[in-house]
Amino acid sequence: MLKKPTASVGFFFTGAAFMLFGVYGISRKYWKMEYVLKPTLIHGVLAAIIATLLLGACGKRDGAAKDGDVIKIGSVSPLTGPQAHLGKDNENGARLAVDEINAAGLVIGGKKMHIDLISEDDQADPKIATTVAQKLVDNGVVGVIGHLNSGATIPASTIYNNAGIPQISPSATAIAYTAQGYNTAFRVMTNDEQQGHVLGQYAVDKLGDKKIAIIDDRTAYGQGLADEFAKAAKAAGAEVVAREYTTDRSTDFMAILTAIKAKSPDLVFFGGMDPQAAPLTKQLKQLGINAQVLGGDGMQTPEYIKLAGADAEGEIASNPGLALDAMPGGKAFKDKFTARFGPIQNYAPYAYDAAYVLVDAMKRANSTDPAKYLPELRKTDYQGVTGHIRFDQKGDVTGGAVTLYQVKNGAWQPLETVHSKQ
Amino acid sequence: MDIFVQQIINGLVLGSVYALVALGYTMVYGILELINFAHGEVTMIGAMVSLTVISALVGAGVDLPGVVIVLFGLLAAILVCMGVGFTIERLAYRPLRNAPRLAPLITAIGVSIVLQNIAMLIWGRQYISFPPILPQGRHQILGAMITDVQIAILVISVLLMLGLTLLVKKSRLGRAMRATAQSPQIAGLMGVNANTVISLTFILGSALAAVAGVMVSAYYGLAHYYMGFLLGLKAFSAAVLGGIGNLTGAVLGGLLLGVIESLGAGYIGDLTGGVLGSNYQDVFAFFILILVLLFRPSGLLGERVGERA
Repeated sequence: MLKKPTASVGFFFTGAAFMLFGVYGISRKYWKMEYVLKPTLIHGVLAAIIATLLLGACGKRDGAAKDGDVIKIGSVSPLTGPQAHLGKDNENGARLAVDEINAAGLVIGGKKMHIDLISEDDQADPKIATTVAQKLVDNGVVGVIGHLNSGATIPASTIYNNAGIPQISPSATAIAYTAQGYNTAFRVMTNDEQQGHVLGQYAVDKLGDKKIAIIDDRTAYGQGLADEFAKAAKAAGAEVVAREYTTDRSTDFMAILTAIKAKSPDLVFFGGMDPQAAPLTKQLKQLGINAQVLGGDGMQTPEYIKLAGADAEGEIASNPGLALDAMPGGKAFKDKFTARFGPIQNYAPYAYDAAYVLVDAMKRANSTDPAKYLPELRKTDYQGVTGHIRFDQKGDVTGGAVTLYQVKNGAWQPLETVHSKQ
Repeated sequence: MDIFVQQIINGLVLGSVYALVALGYTMVYGILELINFAHGEVTMIGAMVSLTVISALVGAGVDLPGVVIVLFGLLAAILVCMGVGFTIERLAYRPLRNAPRLAPLITAIGVSIVLQNIAMLIWGRQYISFPPILPQGRHQILGAMITDVQIAILVISVLLMLGLTLLVKKSRLGRAMRATAQSPQIAGLMGVNANTVISLTFILGSALAAVAGVMVSAYYGLAHYYMGFLLGLKAFSAAVLGGIGNLTGAVLGGLLLGVIESLGAGYIGDLTGGVLGSNYQDVFAFFILILVLLFRPSGLLGERVGERA
């Protein structure tokens, strides 16, 4: 909420005026750039337009603040960069939930409330994640849905924790996220410990692969999942013949795959996201490596099949939770979502549930004050699209399942669902 | 042995793409002493345009061999990129021709961001996949695998590089480019229209970038509005490694960077007994770059200023 709208409008104007004068003066006096900023009518008109836009931007925010009954909820995911398709998907999931809640009418503390979803772009970058987290806190959000990547979620969670703002990540699976002892950190997806364990056992026991090569993208997610997988695979009696690394921006894997080829593995495990998994699979086939590709939830997307084409056939990946069609509200959610935004990429149902879980806690606490509804959030017992959501002491979702999928005839087909021991 | 040959092939294919893009950086730098950071984005636009055309043709069920369809895509990409290159120079760089050197440099970074976002608006955030219409043949050379696409990339790159060298060294336009590089004012006095030459340089560089973009998307099977960033960065490093401003240097730098990356990623683990892994591949490549620049600050072939173009 903007407490002093006039002050901020004034600030914008003074800043803009100083900038214009500064640029004008420096360029004319020191750089002898008379031809760059010769004052003409055009410049006057431009300045007027800019001023109007600034005023308009301020005016809009002031207007929203006047209602007084707005709940600001942040949504953070990479909206630009290589994972923008997944990031937008998360935002859309949260947006669908928020719009439904708004349309149904939300009353908290006897007042009619309107949720304002503020979407920010963290570019999947840990550094930018902290910047936008601070921005949201300064903006007065009372809850955050995000971030997408574990690598971005972990540093940002410190900022939300210091501000006492609850955070639910739809998709960060690294163990470290909820192991920091923050009472504000939650997630609605099974963590990598469970997923890596299931994958490791599946590779050795079900697929019977004993020589395993592991590649990860050196993000908190990719590396964490690969480490857990390696632990489980070794415990089940496999040998890790190669451990290679790439980045979450690479498209060329020929060099590391050639190095892996020399070790002739039965299975190549990839810890990372679909933009890397797909070209990696193609290049693996291109080099004539005869090995099963196995991956986690970052690879189990329609995008992976689209990009890898025929080379994706037969590859296996896991995803925490149930298959969308096996989710309690999966079918209905899929129809609603697809009608509005197009195909679901991956985590949208989780972002959707995260939004409902936040609001559900607010309703039970009958308050939007983070300090008041945070204890209620921990007591969550919510039947969502992705399953029955309850949190343990750390903020992890309990009783998570992991489902394994295989690409058959150009589509992910569920193989089996493994329920975790918890 | 076969692994070593395979790594060299990987490196050469990657390196020849770097080299093609690096040529664009180096040509512009040679004439304007401007680092055109938007060049990577021109490559991306080439890839996007060609994929749009190719997908449209495939979708319309045009009954032509895959190679011909890709050639149509390539042609469209070259034309659009030429236009983009010309427009960038005309709108963003020419007004700042006599400004302090930092101004056009920052403008170049701005143009790069603008192009990325325009591409994001037009083609969206999704990855675009390359339809599997090209021949997928694989051949054995000394125990290593090489695909038809890789062979095509190598051959086309070599032809283009030879063609460009001939153009710069033998043709009238090349002579005008070299003259403008040495001194735009004097070249002007000799009847060379510097503006036309600079426009043509941008157009040529952008055409090469378009070809590189199509090759990259055909090779990796995908295109994305963000793909120009890393490629541009690597190609720029290659141009600096070879000596920015020098055509032969850009080719040498590109090929070297490709091979170094490939060998680095492949062997660093075995050589250090597992202490350093392939997570150090970029460190390794840039370590070599720093080493070269320490001893030859103007790059491998950098001092031959007379031949730059």
